[in-house]
Amino acid sequence: MSLHRSLITAKRVLLQLRHDPRTVALLLLVPCVLETLLRLIYTHRRAVFDEAGAPLLAFFPLMAVFLVTSISLLRERTSGTLERLMTTPLGRIELIAGYAVAFGVLAAVQAGVVSGLTLGPLGLHVRGPVGLVVLLAICVALLGTGLGLFASAFARTEFQVVQFFPLIVLPQLLLGGLLLPRQRMPGALHAISDALPLSYAVDGMHHLSRQPGASGALWSDIGVVLAFAAGALVLGAATLRRQTD
Amino acid sequence: MTAAVEFDGLTVTRGGRTVLTDVSGSFTAAGVTGLFGPSGSGKSTLIRAVAGVQTHVTGVVKVLGDHPGSASVRRQVGYMTQAASLYEDLTVAENVDYFARMRGAGPGDVLERVRLAPQAGQLVRDLSGGQRARASLAAALVGNPSLLLLDEPTVGLDPLLRRELWQLFGGLAGDGAALLVSSHVLDEARHCDQVILLREGCILAQLTPGELIARTGTEDMDEAFVRLIEQR
Repeated sequence: MSLHRSLITAKRVLLQLRHDPRTVALLLLVPCVLETLLRLIYTHRRAVFDEAGAPLLAFFPLMAVFLVTSISLLRERTSGTLERLMTTPLGRIELIAGYAVAFGVLAAVQAGVVSGLTLGPLGLHVRGPVGLVVLLAICVALLGTGLGLFASAFARTEFQVVQFFPLIVLPQLLLGGLLLPRQRMPGALHAISDALPLSYAVDGMHHLSRQPGASGALWSDIGVVLAFAAGALVLGAATLRRQTD
Repeated sequence: MTAAVEFDGLTVTRGGRTVLTDVSGSFTAAGVTGLFGPSGSGKSTLIRAVAGVQTHVTGVVKVLGDHPGSASVRRQVGYMTQAASLYEDLTVAENVDYFARMRGAGPGDVLERVRLAPQAGQLVRDLSGGQRARASLAAALVGNPSLLLLDEPTVGLDPLLRRELWQLFGGLAGDGAALLVSSHVLDEARHCDQVILLREGCILAQLTPGELIARTGTEDMDEAFVRLIEQR
């Protein structure tokens, strides 16, 4: 395992993004627009904005990183760059670590910008430290990298791979406690929601918005998100084959 | 001299179809081995099997005395796939630099060698087909690999560039590298130290260009290929 090759790979992935400023601008601006929209919709019901605004901060990195990872990896598989890389000393884990680092950085920047706007001018009430909001967003980004990598193995075209977004990501949003608190869901849905990683990220954001410090419950939520992320990355790594047909 | 690449009884199936049937051959370190045959004859599959990226391979393949794709081999092999296999959204120099670093080397002068230095700062997506092929070749040349596997590196290039590239391959072989270069332009066989002729997944012949001419009685490589088929 060479950390050096992972970091060079992370740099390469970020360099690709830098050559695509429109994508970067969209990744940063769209969540800001959506949070602003939410704030305007609930102008007269600030409590609803406070309730939904914070969990969304955990959803944006999942959405963004899942899409960029799944499409990037699909391109690696279809363009032949993955095949070429597999004939170099680069290991599969090193490649995935490179992607995880790059998109972790992306998520940190996105979370910094979006929470800056949301907690500042939009006036969202979050009692916990902003640093932990960003940390949680980075953990969700690692999850998004793993899930996106995994999804890319089951698609042959970009049309197919974006269809995994409504399949893998949107149910986690619906069941994650954003629309209805998870405790009030019917038993079966609550059980499914317990098995989905975004639920823990949303719980974590709720803790952050309601409590001033970092509670034990928050750390355990972060731990669960990281465990899911590790599992998804390992599953994703298993889909990268040195030999293909 | 030890063989750079040996394959014996190599059979490859893809999707239930046999692409290579019981092919055997070898070539030594230092020298240009041309792999010729029409489209669909199994050239790319043979190169992929030697590169260690092909599944459903039976038979024996040895590369630099080791298994294809093993960790020690991967440090010494440069591979150019038939598709350009580059990051479209990076510049030529960034692509070459990345693949060089993966092999623990610097980019060196590979862009000058493939006559692409003026395009170093251009994004790959803005290149012409021929420029892409050369950028892809450059990414395979980094780090002075002792074995180069080049799948159709000269396709789509103008005759002058093709000749320059074959001169480059000859120079690399002179420096001690073994090259396996595929092409469907049979006329290019004259640039090789030896040629392997493939047809429908089988090896028609493995011989030097001189032997090919002597055996078929013609200097026209297309005609030589036809006569070889007729002789069988």
